[in-house]
Amino acid sequence: MAPVTLKKLVKSYGNVDVVHGIDLEVKDREFIALVGPSGCGKSTTLRMIAGLEDISGGIIEIGGKPVNDLPPRARNISMVFQSYALYPHMTVRENMGFSLKIGKVAQSEIDTRVNEAAAILDLEKYMDRRPSQLSGGQRQRVAMGRAIVRKPDVFLFDEPLSNLDAKLRTQVRTEIKRLHAKVQSTMIYVTHDQVEAMTLSDRIVIMRDGHIEQVGTPEEVFRRPATRFVAGFIGSPPMNLNEATVADGKLVFAGGQSLPLPIEFRNKVAAGDKLIFGLRPDDIYPTGHGLNSGEATDVHEMELPVAITEPLGNETLLFVTMAQREWVSRMLNPRPMGAGEMVRFSFDLSQAHLFSPETGKTLRG
Amino acid sequence: MKSVNLAGSLTNVMSATGHDMKFPKFSAPTLLLLPAIVVLAAVIVLPLLFSLYSSFTPFRLTKPESIWVFIGFRNYVSVLTNIEFWTAFGRTVLLLTVALNAEMFLGLGLAMLVNKATHGQRLLRTLMMFPMMFSPVLVGFQFKFLFNDNIGFVNNALQSLGLTTNAIPWLIDGNLALFSIIVAEVWSSTAVFAILILAGLLAMPQEPVEAARVDGCTPWQTFRYVTWPYLMPFAFIAMTIRSLDVARAYDIVKIMTDGGPAKRTELLWTLVGRTAYSDARMGLANAMAYISILLSILFTVYFFRKLAAARQQIGAEW
Ligand SMILES: Nc1ncnc2c1ncn2[C@@H]1O[C@H](COP(=O)(O)OP(=O)(O)OP(=O)(O)O)[C@@H](O)[C@H]1O
Ligand SMILES: [Mg+2]
Repeated sequence: MAPVTLKKLVKSYGNVDVVHGIDLEVKDREFIALVGPSGCGKSTTLRMIAGLEDISGGIIEIGGKPVNDLPPRARNISMVFQSYALYPHMTVRENMGFSLKIGKVAQSEIDTRVNEAAAILDLEKYMDRRPSQLSGGQRQRVAMGRAIVRKPDVFLFDEPLSNLDAKLRTQVRTEIKRLHAKVQSTMIYVTHDQVEAMTLSDRIVIMRDGHIEQVGTPEEVFRRPATRFVAGFIGSPPMNLNEATVADGKLVFAGGQSLPLPIEFRNKVAAGDKLIFGLRPDDIYPTGHGLNSGEATDVHEMELPVAITEPLGNETLLFVTMAQREWVSRMLNPRPMGAGEMVRFSFDLSQAHLFSPETGKTLRG
Repeated sequence: MKSVNLAGSLTNVMSATGHDMKFPKFSAPTLLLLPAIVVLAAVIVLPLLFSLYSSFTPFRLTKPESIWVFIGFRNYVSVLTNIEFWTAFGRTVLLLTVALNAEMFLGLGLAMLVNKATHGQRLLRTLMMFPMMFSPVLVGFQFKFLFNDNIGFVNNALQSLGLTTNAIPWLIDGNLALFSIIVAEVWSSTAVFAILILAGLLAMPQEPVEAARVDGCTPWQTFRYVTWPYLMPFAFIAMTIRSLDVARAYDIVKIMTDGGPAKRTELLWTLVGRTAYSDARMGLANAMAYISILLSILFTVYFFRKLAAARQQIGAEW
């Protein structure tokens, strides 16, 4: 049983604050992903949980007990580092069994657990090699094996896949998911790859400049982004975000082109309000080439010129010019389409988002 | 036109002589290296051969004609059966062992302290190297003064602090004299270890250390199982350098005790020096020197082996 709780957690280097008092409750056995742009404080937060970094303010609790003053070895955690951090002078077997040896576990028990982990990670053939004799992916798996054998309360991952090639990344990602199902420990996973975050986690924490922007399930942060930042960060290609002004039931964009005000927001805005309008590429599609979401109760159609097409096989990304901007549209079941062609587009306004330009917060209640 | 003809005929002449006189034909690389080879032969190989030859003669500087008397291995036999030689040999090994170990521990400690320093690390690094900047002869004189039983700083300090009432005969008692020499050696050369180990510490990746802390290691265990294996190659490099240094220790000893009292601090090379120049028995001294060099070679080989093993252990890419 190891929930992890952060209360008003602060980290400063000298007089520069890099983590500004974040609150987070990670439930027991939950898989939490910390995402955010480079330098937003993900690693710092993770390293504070691990005990590798001093806490400047606030409290960290693991399993209900404050651990602020406990050294890493007393926290019963495992950490997988971005750079693997294997012990270069030990074989794979020794690397994996090291923590148990230090913990004075009986040799027979060590062997059992190491072999078990090796089987899970498909490392049996390499057990007597040194890290320098392994490929990047194999090293990564050893690092994971080293974390598994400890049977820790909490697993911490710091961008464990960022040094792997695309194919291996997908493979190890699945491995991690399987691992979580199997070992049933709390896992905190830092990444700046949103696909990893979406596919792996129960809940996602989106960080920005040392603050938490939103915490929610992958579905929530995708469908109901709390801020403009989250809206732009989650989803690929990113959400179309453009400034608009409210005028008698319409959203008027630069250059005078307009869309009807989404029904959902009709009584939440007043004429003259300046807003940020957001719509995902999936919700702008050539009529007949979108997802029949069933929720599409608020569709607006419009003829627009296509600027560029990017065919991806099962879908094509279209760059459409409207209101002096390029909007990205996703066409499913694509048909051949040339640049410059005028196409009838459907805008599914039931999926639209409106954000305040000042606070960046969503206007959805 | 004329000069062209001249050059042409010159090459003709040269090639003709080359053929006719059956000059040994050197390839271009050999030819180009020849001057260097000749110089090296003159200043290294010939003296070496001469000294090797003289170790098979009863050559005395005072009797130059004795160089022509060949006596086979008699010098070697008398060196190897000479108790004085073996005592000096053993003492040199003792000095080597004690000094190198002390230097390694102190150097390691020093390097770790400097590595921990957050401010002024550059300055500390420079200060650390100070002892290395003094000539060993000066270090010898300095410590001879420090350890002087009457006017020396050490006795003065001990007596002022009330730690002892009578003067300790640092350089007069045989065992204390060797100890004093070791102190001087350690003082002057700990920096070699400190600098090489510090280089290792600075180059060391931090992640394995952090991984060890997370894996449950106490600070001591982290050092023992992660940091130290990484530093070992650096320590062995220092060992190799210093073992050659100490095995030929001469200057500090010569100045501080000159092998005394009653030959209680006689080392291999002070013995060789005394035999060669005071006793003028050059042939015998050369035999000793050749045997002593074996000692140095053995140590070097030993430490190189260790170094190679340690490097392979950490998967070093250098
Ligand atoms: N030792 C340090 N001294 C001063 N500032 C630091 C130090 N370490 C990190 N920082 C700052 O703290 C901030 C957060 O760093 P952190 O490593 O947590 O970012 P991150 O979110 O993990 O980014 P990335 O995705 O690039 O790994 C950064 O702005 C960084 O410049
Ligand atoms: Mg990071």
